[in-house]
Amino acid sequence: MSNNKQIPEVDIVVDEKAGVIREIKPEQKLRSKSGHEKRVNVGIYTILTLMAIIWLAPFVFLVFQSFRSYLTENGGMVNYLLPKTWSLDNYIWLFTDEKSLFLRWYLNTLIIALFNAVLQTVIVLSVAYALSRLRFKGRKLIMNAVLVLGLFPGFLTMITLYFLLKQLGLTQNGAIPGLILIYCASSGMGYYISKGFFDTIPKSLDESARIDGATRFQVFMKIIMPLAKPIVIYTILMAFMAPWGDFVFASYVAFGTTTNYNVAVGLYQWVNVADYQGFFTRFCAGGVLVAVPITALFLALQKYYVEGVTGGAVKG
Amino acid sequence: MTDLDYLKMSKWARLAHSFVGFFASIPSKCRDGFKKLGLWFVRLFRSIADNLVDLVDTFVKGDWKTRLSYLVMGFGSFARGQWGRGLLFFLFQTVFNLYMVNFGVAYLGKLNTLGTLETYREGRRTIYGDNSFFILLYGVLTLFFVLAFIYTWRANIRQNKVSQQILDSGKKLKSTKDDLKSLADEQFHKTLLALPTLGVLVFTVLPIIFMILVAFTNFDATHQPPSKLFTWVGWDNFRQLLSSDSASYGDTFKQVLFWTLLWAFFATFLNYFLGMMVAIMINKKGIKLKKMWRTILVMTIAIPQFVSLLYVSKMFAQDGLINTYLMKWGWIASPIPFWTDAGWARFTIILINLWIGIPYLMLIATGILMNIPADLYESARIDGANAFQMYRKITLPYMLFVTGPYLLTSFTGNINNFNVIFLLTGGKPLSLELSGNAGYTDLLITWLYKMTVNDTNYKLAAVMGILVFVVTAVINLLVYNLIPSVKNEEDFQ
Repeated sequence: MSNNKQIPEVDIVVDEKAGVIREIKPEQKLRSKSGHEKRVNVGIYTILTLMAIIWLAPFVFLVFQSFRSYLTENGGMVNYLLPKTWSLDNYIWLFTDEKSLFLRWYLNTLIIALFNAVLQTVIVLSVAYALSRLRFKGRKLIMNAVLVLGLFPGFLTMITLYFLLKQLGLTQNGAIPGLILIYCASSGMGYYISKGFFDTIPKSLDESARIDGATRFQVFMKIIMPLAKPIVIYTILMAFMAPWGDFVFASYVAFGTTTNYNVAVGLYQWVNVADYQGFFTRFCAGGVLVAVPITALFLALQKYYVEGVTGGAVKG
Repeated sequence: MTDLDYLKMSKWARLAHSFVGFFASIPSKCRDGFKKLGLWFVRLFRSIADNLVDLVDTFVKGDWKTRLSYLVMGFGSFARGQWGRGLLFFLFQTVFNLYMVNFGVAYLGKLNTLGTLETYREGRRTIYGDNSFFILLYGVLTLFFVLAFIYTWRANIRQNKVSQQILDSGKKLKSTKDDLKSLADEQFHKTLLALPTLGVLVFTVLPIIFMILVAFTNFDATHQPPSKLFTWVGWDNFRQLLSSDSASYGDTFKQVLFWTLLWAFFATFLNYFLGMMVAIMINKKGIKLKKMWRTILVMTIAIPQFVSLLYVSKMFAQDGLINTYLMKWGWIASPIPFWTDAGWARFTIILINLWIGIPYLMLIATGILMNIPADLYESARIDGANAFQMYRKITLPYMLFVTGPYLLTSFTGNINNFNVIFLLTGGKPLSLELSGNAGYTDLLITWLYKMTVNDTNYKLAAVMGILVFVVTAVINLLVYNLIPSVKNEEDFQ
């Protein structure tokens, strides 16, 4: 490397107004290479455009197919992309047909998601705060235990949880409170990202408040919480979004009672269990109706998601 | 080897050295471990002995309030005016006694056989016998309860001792009001952690211990309570899953484990490097619409996977959009077996996983790239480094340094990446060469799921869960032992 090291030419200009000698920065110097630079940029734009197409294509296709009528064309999979006539039949079916439980499923999921967002946020933030800023006997023990427990695969305990819920009467017809209970009960174990955030808030804030006579509870509510807005929003967002995608445990708990399915279970069985040739376009329409609000919410709060994710990744 | 020799080696040689060192140190680490375990036992026995001595001591020196507390928990606290604490102790004892008399003792007694009374039919009526499932579940729960009781009872005695000492020295005891106040202050962690801990104990720890025990029973489709009993079988299930004679799953297990690790490797590192590339491209000076590119990519994180992945899996089906269009354009003569050929299926899964994984890494890498000091690049440029050299010497080491722990969690996460496999292939294609209903794209975790839900083969599912734990634990230990040595020497020159 030392042999072909280029010695940079240093251009010096005299800036008469300021009366100083100024060195032209290397960046400015690079403009002479603009031809190369431009070619690189064109290459990057090409790659990014291609990626954008690949990334968006499935979603666009999904929307297209949701507008293909199951009545006049075909409700299954077809070998063309654009519907021959655009229709809202699938959407109308979802909302008005007697056999469609879509609205019910949607409501179920919404209820679960809302409860989950509140309860899980309270639990996660409590645990994270306690482990991050309070010092007590057994703190290390709790953290190590959570670490070890986290290495067990989640589905291992599925049947046990099912029977525990069954004992409490929270399966089948009680599936919705049952799911909320399960989602929240173990959520304390997911404290890492929030703890990482609390760790970055200076300790001196607590100390000065404590000297002024505040209790630890007051420090938590009045000093730390207002500063923790990003992580609160991140936690709420994650807790709200998770139930929309859960079909494994939800289908296990609600087994057999179609009115207590969440939207993921319902739509999943349309594609895989029921004769999907008739239900494919309806699945697409349902998928669009689930994806649009969730995506909008996510994109609106993207900033907080990025903060949480990058913070979590760096601290491990 | 001296430190000097070590410093002379190249980076890869150092890594290899610590890798070898890790395995070479396993015997001595085990020895240390056993030694520590032995010491731990010694300490445990000593502390039990200390506790017993203290119990006797407290009884002998205690007044009648203290002595009565040995029988009626919380009596001492009551009698000394701390009715809040007294009430809690007393309530706990009452609940415990009622539970033990009504359920606990019966379940504990049957724990060694898991039930002996068979269910049978008398004419049309079914007479239910023992239910092994509940015997095991409540047996474990009762053991929990007993341990908790012993701990609380001990705390109750200690409480009496301390209270007596405080009163003897002429000070005042804390009132119930003070106790409640301290829950918002000195004891605030108890307020915060009480409910979450209870939740984890009942809905995570209890089920895990239960399933670990199931791995040593014959709980499967032919031994299903309430109609049938199951019982302890020792290590049989482990033998069945791991040995490779014809009736066992050993060969299939090896195959699935191999694919699980292969998948986790590709899913982690391909996503990592390509995601980083994309982040670098988007963040490059002079590229416009940065926010738009990011938003487009992030769509795959936002949209629930059961919508996007199910749709994509149908797109790649034999009669799906991809195949029909490729055939229409005359690029291929017959449909590509995306999901029906083992090799293709594995390739396609890894490919589609990029679609999910790149945006995630792109976000993380963006945050980190912005933190790399710009003057590093500046000086490199002055030294005449080209883009690739700068990437290799500055960006990559920095990224690896900062995201080391993340790579590890992401690798373990991918070993347990249920959604992608389940939604895309469901583990298919199946094969007669694989036993236990496993398919060529099944991970350990999806196989575990199939065993639980389709075959109700709970005993093998339990063994599998334990093995997944072992695999992830070994990888974690390995990396934790390797990474620090890499980290310490990292300097970005």
